[in-house]
Amino acid sequence: MQDLGQAFATAWAMLTGFDPALWSVVLLSLKVSLGAVAIASALGIPLGAMLAVARFPGRGGVLVLLNAMMGLPPVVIGLLVYLLLSASGPFGVLHLLYTPTAMVVAQTLLVLPIVAALSRQVIEDLALEYADYFRSLGLGRAGAVATLIYDARFSLTTAVLAGFGRAIAEVGAVMIVGGNIDRVTRVMTTTIALETSKGNIALALALGLVLILIAVLVNVAVMGLRATAARAAYA
Amino acid sequence: MLRRHLIAACLALLLPALPATAQQASKFIVVQSTTSTENSGLFKYLLPLFTAKTGIEVRVVAVGTGQAIKNAANGDGDVLFVHAKADEEKFVAAGGAVKRFDVMYNDFVVVGPAADPAGVSGSKDVVAAFKAIAAKGAPFASRGDESGTHKAELALWKEAGVDVKAASGGWYRETGSGMGATLNTGVGMGAYVLTDRASWSAFGNRGTFKIAVEGDRKLFNQYGIMLVNPAKHAHVKADLGQAFIDWVLSKDGQAAIAGFKIAGEQQFFPNAAAPSN
Repeated sequence: MQDLGQAFATAWAMLTGFDPALWSVVLLSLKVSLGAVAIASALGIPLGAMLAVARFPGRGGVLVLLNAMMGLPPVVIGLLVYLLLSASGPFGVLHLLYTPTAMVVAQTLLVLPIVAALSRQVIEDLALEYADYFRSLGLGRAGAVATLIYDARFSLTTAVLAGFGRAIAEVGAVMIVGGNIDRVTRVMTTTIALETSKGNIALALALGLVLILIAVLVNVAVMGLRATAARAAYA
Repeated sequence: MLRRHLIAACLALLLPALPATAQQASKFIVVQSTTSTENSGLFKYLLPLFTAKTGIEVRVVAVGTGQAIKNAANGDGDVLFVHAKADEEKFVAAGGAVKRFDVMYNDFVVVGPAADPAGVSGSKDVVAAFKAIAAKGAPFASRGDESGTHKAELALWKEAGVDVKAASGGWYRETGSGMGATLNTGVGMGAYVLTDRASWSAFGNRGTFKIAVEGDRKLFNQYGIMLVNPAKHAHVKADLGQAFIDWVLSKDGQAAIAGFKIAGEQQFFPNAAAPSN
């Protein structure tokens, strides 16, 4: 139990002490996870929107598969990306293994199904509402998709934040493809795993508290932006 | 109006093109190594000395020996620095690495709860201690991950004539994870654990645990280093990797290894002077 109290004290000391080693780890975590979420959103939201409006045979199966992929274990994604990027793998020539880029690739694959599946649900609900409106305008599918994404943008932030939550919290994928190399690919979660394995429970927990704080700050920032944008849109 | 929506939607999609930059140093090597060397803090002490001297950055991927050899076999690393001599020699023989060198040794110890349910505390005979643990059915936490430590442990069980596969899930518990995680688990459930001394020395979550068995010659733990074969993997940085190996085996490198201490105690004992092959 004394570990818990010590963890809060250590977390406080780390935050107020501006430990440069800690900040570089925090920055890399944010860079990798935000990068992955940005790419996954750029691909996942249009994909979700298209699935929302498209009707084709086997659509039900595709949706089930997409929803199921939200539960992919990070370790499995990590292994998959490792095998692809390994020097002996098909993309070995790119020399991406054990770099932050490899970590972005892995987390993008991890987050993409989440963003796409949640976007699909949000946009499909909206599409039902808009069906008559689109028909009266004689709008094509591409136009409908773009309009739906724009009008659902505030609800879609939740999908993006869910993806960010997954990315910033996962350890299995970045551990394998990043290698947890000090000052190169070490992020918050792999540091926590490392300190736990050293038996430095209080320090590991303190890093966990810092991680939670950062996740909260990112969410506050996004919600703030969203509120500002909403005010501007409906003013 | 719709047009504006369209443009805004397109912009919203294009904006987050935020690439994560890789900080690529010009001269670096990747070393596949084990958790004991990383977790004990040896690398944190050793590598800056080498980097200061040569300007070569060393990036360590610390995993179990089994996984480290597998990664090296895939060509994902320039140097392999591990502790499972038989496997290392097999790896060299298969052409995976150029030549293996002894670097240093330390020893394994058996740690256990203060209550000592198997009555092995203070023993210097690890095989007898393992027999006692099995006979009493006292809990034992194994790495179970084909690491160097796990292989050393399995060899000792074999010598003790105990079939641990049959006992797995009962008193014999395979955690399937790294040294630190296994120590955490062992401490949590009061189970004996075989660990390398350096990992134990640097371990912070000991509870009531202390060293029960040490000092048996069978607990000897040899570390070896080798260059991943550039003939097999053309991208291996043979010059830089060899420079690291040469330094580790040099008088300077060996002295640095001997100088690494935890709580005033030397953890690794350099023995490169007497190469075995």
